[in-house]
Amino acid sequence: MSKPSKGTSRRGFLRGAAAAGAGAVAAGAAKANTPDPLITEVQSWASGLGDGVDATPYGMPIEFEGDVVRRNVEWLTADTISSINFTPIHALDGTITPQGCAFERHHSGAIELRKQDYRLMINGLVDRPLIFSYDDLERFPRENHVYFCECAANTGMEWAGAQLNGAQFTHGMIHNMEYTGVPLRTLLEEAGLDTAGDLSDKWVYVEGADASSNGRSIPMEKALDDCLIAFKANGEALRKEHGYPVRLVVPGWEGNMWVKWIRRIEVMDGPVESREETSKYTDVMEDGTARKWTWAMDAKSVVTSPSPQAPIKHGKGPLVITGLAWSGRGAITRVDVSKDGGKTWETARLAKPGEKMALTRFYLDTDWDGEEMFLQSRAMDETGYVQPTKAQLREVRGLNSIYHNNCIQTWWVRPDGEAENVEVS
Amino acid sequence: TPAFAEGFGLGRTALPEEIAAWDIDIRPDGTGLPEGSGDVWTGEEVFADQCAACHGDFAEGVDNWPKLAGGADTLADEDPLKTVGSYWPYLSTTWDYVNRSMPFGNAQSLEPDDVYAIVAYILYSNDLVDDDFVLSKETFAAFEMPNAGGFFVDDRMETEFTKWVGEPCMENCKDSVEITMRAAVLDVTPEEETTEDT
Repeated sequence: MSKPSKGTSRRGFLRGAAAAGAGAVAAGAAKANTPDPLITEVQSWASGLGDGVDATPYGMPIEFEGDVVRRNVEWLTADTISSINFTPIHALDGTITPQGCAFERHHSGAIELRKQDYRLMINGLVDRPLIFSYDDLERFPRENHVYFCECAANTGMEWAGAQLNGAQFTHGMIHNMEYTGVPLRTLLEEAGLDTAGDLSDKWVYVEGADASSNGRSIPMEKALDDCLIAFKANGEALRKEHGYPVRLVVPGWEGNMWVKWIRRIEVMDGPVESREETSKYTDVMEDGTARKWTWAMDAKSVVTSPSPQAPIKHGKGPLVITGLAWSGRGAITRVDVSKDGGKTWETARLAKPGEKMALTRFYLDTDWDGEEMFLQSRAMDETGYVQPTKAQLREVRGLNSIYHNNCIQTWWVRPDGEAENVEVS
Repeated sequence: TPAFAEGFGLGRTALPEEIAAWDIDIRPDGTGLPEGSGDVWTGEEVFADQCAACHGDFAEGVDNWPKLAGGADTLADEDPLKTVGSYWPYLSTTWDYVNRSMPFGNAQSLEPDDVYAIVAYILYSNDLVDDDFVLSKETFAAFEMPNAGGFFVDDRMETEFTKWVGEPCMENCKDSVEITMRAAVLDVTPEEETTEDT
C-alpha cells in the first residue's frame, strides 16, 4: 500500500493544475497541437434549429443523463412491491433531490389516489373528530421547509461488511426536498385538544390510505413541534410514489414515519406498537434485546464523488471531492475529509451553512497526485456529536441492528481513478 | 394553542360509521378488538387458503417471503431469525397487521373470526399454544408473547452521544490503514447500464 498523499498547499494546487494536461487523456489540456473541429467546424446545433417550445410540456432530463436514475437491488426483497430503490446521489450536486429520481420505499406499492377521493380523518382524544378534504387542507396557513427523508435502513446492508459498490446503493435511501404544507399542530388544534388533557403523555397514531397502512405512533411533543402535513415538494404536487396528494413530514426522524397518502391521525393516550414499530424499525443489539422508538437519524455523511460509480477520469491535478452531510438532531456545523483512511483530516468547505434536518453539501478542492486514496468524510452537528466509525457503532450495537447505520464510509480510490467500497482497519 | 383557539372552521365532523370504518387499530392490551373467536384447526384451513402460498404450510416461509414461525432463542445469534414467535412483543400487533394489511394484495378481506383463527394458528406454528387453543376477544389479554420483555426505549443519548461528542482527532489519528473488506469481492451490486458517451 502506498503512502498517503500529502496535504495540499496553495502553491502545490496551482502547480498541479498547470501540469494536469500533460499526463491526462481527458479534457483540460493546457495546450492543443491541432485545432479542435468542435470549434473550427460549424456544428449542426449552431446552424440548424432546436425543438419548439411546444415540444415538451413537462420535460425529462436530456438523454445523455439517462444513467441518473433510481436503481433497485433485486436480491434485497422478496418482490418489488414491498421494496426499496435508491437515489443516484453519486451523480447529483447541491442539496435538492429531483423528485423524479428521489428514492421510493413502499410496503404495498405506490397507489394512485385522486385529490377528489382524498380524505383525512382526525379522531381519538379530540374535542371534535374531523374529516378534511384535500381542498380544506389548502385553506390552512402554510409553511415551507427543506428536510431530508432518510430510510431507517439506509446503509443497513453494510452492517456486516462492505457489500454494495456505490454511494447510490450504500447511501441512496434518502431525498431532500422543499415541502409546502400545514403544520400538523394546526390540524390537531382545529380538532381541539382540550379532551386530551395533559399532552405530555399523549401520542398520535398516523396511518396511510394504502393496504400496508404503515401505521406509526408519534409522541405528541413531536407532533406539535415541527411535523408537516405536506402537499407540495420542490414546488409541485407530491409525486404519486411519494404520497400524492398528501404525506406526513417528520423532520429529522426515520423515513418510515413519513407516512404517505396519510388518511388518519388518532390522538391516543399510548402508542399502538404497530407492526412498523415492533417487528420492523426496532434495532436488535448484540445480546438479543432490541431498541425501540429509535426515531432520530444521527449525524451522517458520505463522499458522493469520487465514488465507485463516479471514478476519477481526468488524471491527476485539481480534483473536487464532494459529498453530503446531514443530521436529524440539528444543523451540520462541520465536515472533515480524510484521504488516508482516517490518519489525517482536513476540514471541508460547506457550500452553505448547514440547515436543521436538511442535507448539506460539502466540497474539498484538492490536488490529486495520482496515488491511491482512502476517502472518508466525518460529519459534526450542532449538538457536538461526531459521526462514528463502523467499529465504534459495532462496539455498542453488534452486527444485527439493520437500521440506523450512520458510520463513516471509506472509498478506496486507486491510481487509475476507479473507486471501491471497502472497510479499513 | 391560543393563536388557534378560535379555529378556522374547516373540515366537518366525522361520523361514527366513518370512524368505525377506519379506526381499526388494536392496542397491546387488546383495546379495539371486535367480538369473535377462532381455533387452531380452523386457522390451519384459512391459513392454507389465504397465506400458505407465501408463508408456507407451517408459517415457515416460502423463498424470500417472511417466516412467521421459528427462530426461538436466536436473537443473540450471529444470524437471528425474527418471527412472530421469536421476536414480536405483542399479540395485538399480529391481529392488527393481519386484519388491516394481509393477505398481501388482497388486504382487508378477512372477517374477524378468520383473523382470530389465523392468529391462533400462527401461535400454534410457533409452539406457543396447544392444538385445542381458541383465541377470542376474551382469551386475548391472557396471552403473553415470549419476547414481550425484549425491547427497551432508545438509549442512544446515554450510550452513544456521550462517547462521540467533542473535538475529533485531526492528525496522526492511527498508525496504519489496511483494507479489511472489499465490496468487489462480494460482487452483489447490480451492473450499471451506462448511457454515457465516452
